[in-house]
Amino acid sequence: MTAVPDTTAKKLGLVIDLDSCVGCHACAVSCKEWNTGGYSAPLTDQNPYGKEPDGVWFNRVHSYETRSGKDAGRTVHFPRACLHCEEPACVTVCPTGASFKRAEDGIVLVNPETCIGCKLCSWACPYGAREYDADDGIMKKCTLCVDRIYNQNIEPSRREPACVSACPTNARHFGDFADPESNVSKLTAARGGYDLMPESGYQPTWKYLLPRERKAPASVLPMDKVYRKPVRDEHKSRSADAVAGVATTLKHNRATNAAPPDSDHSALPGANSQCPSGQSVNVASGTQFTTEPPDAQLTGWWRWIDRLLSR
Amino acid sequence: MTPAYSVIFFTVASGAGYGLLTWLSVAYLANWWTPNAQGFVPGAIALCLGVVLIVAGLMSSMLHLGHPERAWRALSQWRTSWLSREGVLATLGLIPITLFVGGWLWAPERILMLRMSALATIVFSLSTVLCTAMIYASLKPIPRWHNPWVPPVYLGFALASGAVIAMCVRAFADTAPTSFMIGTLALLIGVWILKILYWRHSDAQDSTSTIGSATGLDALGDITQLDAPHTAANYLQKEMGFVVARKHATRLRRMAILLGAALPSLVLFEILMTEGFLHDILLLIGTASVMFSLCIERWLFFAEAKHVVTLFYGEKSV
Repeated sequence: MTAVPDTTAKKLGLVIDLDSCVGCHACAVSCKEWNTGGYSAPLTDQNPYGKEPDGVWFNRVHSYETRSGKDAGRTVHFPRACLHCEEPACVTVCPTGASFKRAEDGIVLVNPETCIGCKLCSWACPYGAREYDADDGIMKKCTLCVDRIYNQNIEPSRREPACVSACPTNARHFGDFADPESNVSKLTAARGGYDLMPESGYQPTWKYLLPRERKAPASVLPMDKVYRKPVRDEHKSRSADAVAGVATTLKHNRATNAAPPDSDHSALPGANSQCPSGQSVNVASGTQFTTEPPDAQLTGWWRWIDRLLSR
Repeated sequence: MTPAYSVIFFTVASGAGYGLLTWLSVAYLANWWTPNAQGFVPGAIALCLGVVLIVAGLMSSMLHLGHPERAWRALSQWRTSWLSREGVLATLGLIPITLFVGGWLWAPERILMLRMSALATIVFSLSTVLCTAMIYASLKPIPRWHNPWVPPVYLGFALASGAVIAMCVRAFADTAPTSFMIGTLALLIGVWILKILYWRHSDAQDSTSTIGSATGLDALGDITQLDAPHTAANYLQKEMGFVVARKHATRLRRMAILLGAALPSLVLFEILMTEGFLHDILLLIGTASVMFSLCIERWLFFAEAKHVVTLFYGEKSV
């Protein structure tokens, strides 16, 4: 039983688009909700309301940050679950045959009736897909919602894993990788879907899609055009058009991630004076260009407007 | 990896038990130690001690399971699983061990049966220890385990600790031959040298994976974890996220070598050079010290081993 089938008729799995994932954890929560009543039920918790809650989850969402490269400082949310590998060592190390890979669709499952809870499969998995249920004394893992995707009692459009249904940004795509015409195969081909830790040799079925490159990353935005600090020039108060100018510029920059086109410049007071970043120049209408972060300089209503616009 | 005391006890105890039975079988086959007037009682004690160590170790590993009552199922997957192979060989090995011990105690005249069972005891004992080692050596996600040094070290320590116990029992009953004592010490020191080489190798090992290759985000640049998926440690971190400080580990390594090789050498030197009643106590101290050093060694084997899953939780490279 723990021998892995040479090939499986279908290779069901997910493509996870890190470009769309917003790290809301809806997939993780809906996974827990479905599966605590599903094949591996219950997914127990220990000390759920205490200081250090623990429990079985099949899906975990990490958040990483890039520290170098073009996109330095970028946050990438990263859902992690069982990848239903083609060469799952978690299955072959199982001494009882409780772990198995289905020949029909490639889903890797644990039989809760025969698992002895030796934990060896969790040691063999490089992806941390298996979590031990301390209350039940057995190992549990993602079932690819096997009790949902074939479930005749729910409408066909909802026969997909709970995490896929729950994702509000469509970052999770479910399909058959054995079929080159399937949505997941096409998506993988089009966006260069990749394997996690390919050096493990486990050949994960699931693929990940890298976040798309940003056209103009924040670090190279012409900051002098983003933030404008209105100053009271001697006795002059802020003029109404300066307010409008700031609002227009901010809005425009947020929308296009780039400097406003030239045609808009004429509408902005003093916008014709191009200033290199790091320099501050006073212009006629009392508006100052600066590269300081907004919170440091915007006060009162200005900060409120900035927040409103950055929503 | 988090060191589990049940597994440390299991590998040290059953390793020593199998080593002890192996040496007793070898000594019987080579006619060094037979159930004659002189060798019967110490042999019986040593054999029983070996069986107790093995059974206690196996029980400890079984109680470590979430469902010990299902343990029999672990005998089914010997085609793919080293853990299953270990279970099968340990169970089958009980037959020749029972025959050998029974023959020694009640039928010492049945030489053919004793010889056959001694031979089978050697084969099953060594292959069971090899399976234990292969359980660890086959785990790719743990580079400190997944290397060719692990099986020889496991086998070596099983044989060395078995020889130490055999020598101790023999010396208690009468006087163990000097060659036996020196041979045992040479084996013990040899295995510690092997272990030091293992440490050198695994310390110098290049990392197999990084946080970048685990997530694939190395395509974007250097990656660091911003937020973990949960606020408190989960099973993965509790089971596989154990970290021992390098300073602490170095100190424990020295302590293990001191207790496992240096102290037994001094004890043996003292016994061979002098005469006196303190020998018995010294022998006991030396044997206990070797067993304790193996517990430290086994604890470090777990504690120093890093699992690649820690990469997802912010570890830079494993």
